[in-house]
Amino acid sequence: MAIDTRVNLGGLEMATPLTTASGTFGYGTEYLGAVDYSCLGAATVKGVRMSPWPGNQMPRHVEVPGGLVNAIGLQGPGIDEFLSHYVPLYREKLCGLPMIVNIWGGSIEEYAEVAARLDAAAAAASGAFAVECNVSCPNVKAGGHTFGQDPEVLRCLVGEVRKATRLPLVVKLAPNVPDVRPYVRACEDGGADAISLINTIPAMVIDVEARRPVLANRTGGLSGRAVHPVAVKAVWDAARATSLPILAMGGVYEAKDALEFLLAGATAVAIGTAVFSNPGVVREVHDGIIDYCRRHGFDSVRELKGAMLQ
Amino acid sequence: MIDETTTVASHCEMGAGYRLLVLNAPGMAAETRPGQFVHVKVPTLEASALRRPFSVFDASGQDGTVTVLYKTVGRGTAALNTVKPGDAVQVEGPLGRGFPTECNGTALLVGGGYGVAPLHFLARRLRTKTTLFVGARTASDLLALDRFAALGVETKVATNDGSAGEKGFVTAPLDREIARLRGAGEAFELFTCGPDGLLKAVSERAVSLGVPGWISVDRHMVCGVGACFACIQRTVGGNARCCIDGPVFPAKELIWQ
Ligand SMILES: Cc1cc2nc3c(=O)[nH]c(=O)nc-3n(C[C@H](O)[C@H](O)[C@H](O)COP(=O)(O)OP(=O)(O)OC[C@H]3O[C@@H](n4cnc5c(N)ncnc54)[C@H](O)[C@@H]3O)c2cc1C
Ligand SMILES: Cc1cc2nc3c(=O)[nH]c(=O)nc-3n(C[C@H](O)[C@H](O)[C@H](O)COP(=O)(O)O)c2cc1C
Ligand code: FES
Repeated sequence: MAIDTRVNLGGLEMATPLTTASGTFGYGTEYLGAVDYSCLGAATVKGVRMSPWPGNQMPRHVEVPGGLVNAIGLQGPGIDEFLSHYVPLYREKLCGLPMIVNIWGGSIEEYAEVAARLDAAAAAASGAFAVECNVSCPNVKAGGHTFGQDPEVLRCLVGEVRKATRLPLVVKLAPNVPDVRPYVRACEDGGADAISLINTIPAMVIDVEARRPVLANRTGGLSGRAVHPVAVKAVWDAARATSLPILAMGGVYEAKDALEFLLAGATAVAIGTAVFSNPGVVREVHDGIIDYCRRHGFDSVRELKGAMLQ
Repeated sequence: MIDETTTVASHCEMGAGYRLLVLNAPGMAAETRPGQFVHVKVPTLEASALRRPFSVFDASGQDGTVTVLYKTVGRGTAALNTVKPGDAVQVEGPLGRGFPTECNGTALLVGGGYGVAPLHFLARRLRTKTTLFVGARTASDLLALDRFAALGVETKVATNDGSAGEKGFVTAPLDREIARLRGAGEAFELFTCGPDGLLKAVSERAVSLGVPGWISVDRHMVCGVGACFACIQRTVGGNARCCIDGPVFPAKELIWQ
């Protein structure tokens, strides 16, 4: 019998529980030819704000054991070019695959404005869209992080974005808070449909010979294999604090990693840094989840959610 | 672009810390153009290690092979040293925008270090008269000159210590040839790959003379396909991604710090 892989992420119908992590998958089409897109339930694209943004100076990344420290700094074209160029390209190449659009801004008003533009564009375009609000990027001073570190500010931001769009609204939280519960509650109170976590963990690498930080931005965010156990704990904590569906990410390199997230209470899983070294990871994780369901007698991926034995 | 399971056809030392790695890559060989690169998963590194980008030194649709010429500089290239004929190597390619292979007049190729790698493949595909200018620290750093000779390419060499060719920078013989061609009223274009200092020098000449200049820029990469914005070069159009908007840029689009 075929395993039912469909999930519903806060109103976004996904054919499989898998998506990509924002910032690691461009505007969706870059990996055509290398990634098996039929295994994805959605693609999550790079963060977009109102106006074009140049990002940080080079070097923007450094490889570390078990992952990557990056300080890309949210370079992007701005909402106009995103809607006029990248969305039509995505629909031409990927047809109906749902698109999760990661957004950010320098003010609460900007977040709401971007969301409103997406709302209007989605009504006119074919295919499903969702919004993922990034309030947890460690690499830009003005945007991102500041809004995700104070539950009251977060509630206000989510509330304004909620008013601006009817699209499924996912809020992406930071891992570096002592207790995730007040932030989850702020998302609920603000009217979010789902939460996603984790973003990268603030990190730094120093070139001891040069006695300088390696990254031009000095600090960055750690992703990849090394963050996975941190992410599993964060997802588990969040799942116990809310009934909102969770999109989990952080160091998924094989099916086992995604299964940990599902058992901890996630509804869907994003794959990020692993795609850089192995675009085949998307198919491997997809097939591994189905195989697991068969071996453990689950008819549907949805039954895995929170199915950890006590 | 595909992600192909290639096998090693041969792997040999070239001297000066360089190796030539020939891969059976029938899926991408015929599609690969000069100036494009491949993203190599080094099989003996941990599975999560990033891929390493290498320009294509040669590719043949008939043989189904893709060849890279690489220098051992760090842990990835050191680990790559150990692969043997028959080993499987996962490779994404062909990637990026390469050189044009149509050239108006003489093609002046300017290379330094592993920068000669894409110029070799370019020389094979160009149909016009081609001259190669190579700069190196010392004679033993000069690479694959016999391969260029076999393609009928005239080569002019400059070394910092004068141990081969003329002593000094490669821009000296280049400037003399440019002056000669201009004096004779002959058309030419510039093609280059190598260290940033060389790229900048060649770019400035192309722009000030108003001739086409094709500059292959190397930046540290993560994805290699345009998905992550790690590999930035400043251009007149803003911050471009070297892996997808380049690595070859028209000289007039580049902005140097
Ligand atoms: C488009 C392109 C074409 C290239 N073509 C060639 C070629 O034909 N022959 C050749 O010998 N080398 C080439 N390089 C450079 C080659 O990619 C690096 O030497 C190699 O990645 C070093 O890896 P490592 O692990 O040995 O070094 P490490 O210093 O240990 O590497 C650490 C990290 O830095 C990156 N890195 C280090 N040096 C460079 C560099 N110069 N450029 C880009 N990334 C770097 C590595 O990929 C890795 O992620 C090219 C680079 C680019 C971007
Ligand atoms: C190069 C890079 C760029 C990223 N850019 C963004 C971004 O624009 N917006 C965002 O919300 N998260 C961004 N992230 C974070 C990822 O989406 C993800 O949350 C994190 O990397 C953990 O997942 P992973 O270990 O599977 O990569 C980025 C991560 C990387 C490595
Ligand atoms: S290496 Fe990722 S965009 Fe160029």
